Amino acid sequence: MNNILKKFTRGNIKDTLVDNAMYVILLGILIIVSFLRPIFLSTNNLTNIMMNASIRIIIALGVSGALITRGTDLSAGRIVGVGAVIGGTLLQRPDYAAKFFPALGDMPVVGVLLLAVTVTALLGLINGLVISFLHVPPFIATLGMQSIVYGLSLIYTKSQPIGGLKQSYTNLASGRLNMIVAQVPILILIAVVMIAIMWFLLNQTKFGKYIYAIGGNEAAAEVAGVNIVWTKIRVYVMAGLFYGLAGFLLAAKSGGATANYGIGYELEAIAACTIGGVSTAGGVGTVQGIVSGVLIFEMLKTSLQFLGVTPDLQYVAIGTVIVMAVAIDIRKYLAKK
Amino acid sequence: MQHLDVILAMNHISKSFPGVKALDDVSFHVRRGTVHALMGENGAGKSTLMKCLFGIYSMDSGEILLDGKPVRFKDPKDALDAGISMIHQELQPIPYRSIAENLWVGRYPMKKFLGLISVVDHKKMRELSVDLLKKVHLKVNPNTALKELSVSQTQSIEIAKAISNEAKIIIMDEPTSSLTLQEVDQLFEIINQLRNLGVSIIYISHKMEEILRISDEVTIMRDGKYIGTWLSKELTMEKIIKNMVGRELVNLYPPKTNEPQGVNLEVKNLTSTNPRSFKNITFNARKGEILGVGGLVGAQRTELIEGIFGLRGVASGEILLNGRKLHIKHPRDAIKNGIALVTEDRRGNGIFGVLSVRENVAVASLDDFVDFHFKLNNRKLNQLAEANIKKLSIKTPSTKTKISSLSGGNQQKVIISRWLAVEPDIFILDEPTRGIDVGAKYEIYSIMIDLARQGKTIIMISSEMPELLGISDRIMVMCEGRLSGILDRAEANQEKIMELATQYM
Repeated sequence: MNNILKKFTRGNIKDTLVDNAMYVILLGILIIVSFLRPIFLSTNNLTNIMMNASIRIIIALGVSGALITRGTDLSAGRIVGVGAVIGGTLLQRPDYAAKFFPALGDMPVVGVLLLAVTVTALLGLINGLVISFLHVPPFIATLGMQSIVYGLSLIYTKSQPIGGLKQSYTNLASGRLNMIVAQVPILILIAVVMIAIMWFLLNQTKFGKYIYAIGGNEAAAEVAGVNIVWTKIRVYVMAGLFYGLAGFLLAAKSGGATANYGIGYELEAIAACTIGGVSTAGGVGTVQGIVSGVLIFEMLKTSLQFLGVTPDLQYVAIGTVIVMAVAIDIRKYLAKK
Repeated sequence: MQHLDVILAMNHISKSFPGVKALDDVSFHVRRGTVHALMGENGAGKSTLMKCLFGIYSMDSGEILLDGKPVRFKDPKDALDAGISMIHQELQPIPYRSIAENLWVGRYPMKKFLGLISVVDHKKMRELSVDLLKKVHLKVNPNTALKELSVSQTQSIEIAKAISNEAKIIIMDEPTSSLTLQEVDQLFEIINQLRNLGVSIIYISHKMEEILRISDEVTIMRDGKYIGTWLSKELTMEKIIKNMVGRELVNLYPPKTNEPQGVNLEVKNLTSTNPRSFKNITFNARKGEILGVGGLVGAQRTELIEGIFGLRGVASGEILLNGRKLHIKHPRDAIKNGIALVTEDRRGNGIFGVLSVRENVAVASLDDFVDFHFKLNNRKLNQLAEANIKKLSIKTPSTKTKISSLSGGNQQKVIISRWLAVEPDIFILDEPTRGIDVGAKYEIYSIMIDLARQGKTIIMISSEMPELLGISDRIMVMCEGRLSGILDRAEANQEKIMELATQYM
């Protein structure tokens, strides 16, 4: 926040506005909507937005590594679905009538979480191996994975919706932790922890520096002795891990799961990253930017609902805003003539 | 020549970028049918001036007169339509499309399909291309994909494009930087033809011998200012350097203070996996020695050192360092064994353009800055960058500045810093002074000699003979993938190098 303030106090107003376009847009949306619909600013509503954003932030953080290394991950959403159905099928109430595995006993939440992220990390590993060793472009490799994973999820769930999740599981999403000043939803705390982890990885570790180096200039990274294969594999494994956690939380939040969970989330995540200043040309992107990108996206969606825009028209508005936002934001990278 | 009329007059041009005055009241006049060299160190403002002319930048003040009429181009297309063509330093063709399509891109000859729809007239395009290729002495099929051509042939295609545009003025930016001597001769022949047809050439180059040979007039710029215009026949190399640098540069090369000692690197019968590349290369290099590697473009020098460094496949042969056999599969194996490589293509595989100076310095030595096996010590990384900025006098506003905003010479110093940080024994530099101005070249030479004095082994590939002769202890010459000879400093001269460089042709 300090940084943002510092940015605002220097240089002329136009440059400052362009350089901070994302924050200006975020603020603009907030002001307009809260003026028209004061209830928008209620604690309840803002918490709700934050909770929706929490899961999407985790997915966006996962996909960002791929984007910064000039890759992409179209399988993100379907892998989120895998996390959701694993959590859903293994953590139903013991007394639930339509149990997916009738013979299954009571499973520990943490154990199932570990299982879910292990499976999704493995899917990420396959993405990484295919991209690094078979040299399939990330767009195609993950497009294939998207279809494969969805098929596997459908087979696994027999295309059935899963319900009756036990309370210790759903509490992960609906529960709150007493943080002295306020009751903070656990979901938001988890997102904050993931943001901190990702920030640390990108800024404070060799792995992070190599991600930026590969995205900045892969040939130069090779000459500088960067292990490109290993770094890329780790990027996709980490992404899988993040998606698995997001899916696991998504099922907890909605109290159920189907193989369709997470569909299309990859595009939202990529859009949010791009809005947040992650360059599709690689090498550029910050955790702050990604978080802002997701928040802008979520606030926009909620704002449109508050303003009574019909769902059909919401799609049109969201698409327009994505393109406009990036068009404005990209101005700061364009060479000044 | 004084009687030839001025076709292009650029008067009192100024242009500022945030924080820099790139052009300060610069005037530049070109006469019809002459070759006018534009010289100056990197950062002197030559490229900015040309970009203002070509409509890539808009100037802050000043006027451009073309044939006496004031003009102001808002984009390159405007300039092209007015008869100005630019042949860029880095050619930007479309490699996977045919020569003909590259020649006519943006202005394809059209015909009516079924008398209705406008479509590209491929037959006419081919015929026009054949005529054009003749004018630049290229005997190639216009249907060939452009990527099949050599750099010099690709450049001829660009010149052909300019001719077909009926260009009155052609700007050539470092046209000979990757040409062989014969190719330079061919280029000069084409330039002479164009001059006889009344075309004016603005020729930007650092190579003084070439400029004195081909140009009629020379304009020199320094620090964004106009210094003067001279007839080439009145100029000498010393006079050019004096005006470019603003002081007399007495020595082009620093004194040799290094003392070669015992052999530490041995390369035996090294042969590439690519049958057209290097074969049976055997040589050694000594501690404290600068080993120059000469040869023409295509001699496979870069391929050889990239083979040693693990960037290219090696089929057979061995590399020994201090008597120990090295197994190098990847560059990181070479680095672990104390070998560093400053590549030829700085932008292609040297710098990380979007990253800061600090990140660019640190990227190869991060292992040394890890606390608790995991967390990087950012404070130490900063110190590393700052120490190197001081040691190599790198001109940069801060360690956080993007490397792409530095001059070529300073970028090169950043890359040298990157390797200094891994403390290698063997320092390989591939064309280390390409595209770097005279003053900065001297600094790079000093750094190399200093490293050798500290006992490092320096291997320097260079296509510039004076440079090879100026700082090498021995010069190894390659031709067509083979080693044709190694000359001692005392016996080496340009003729002997040339003889070896063409030995197997």
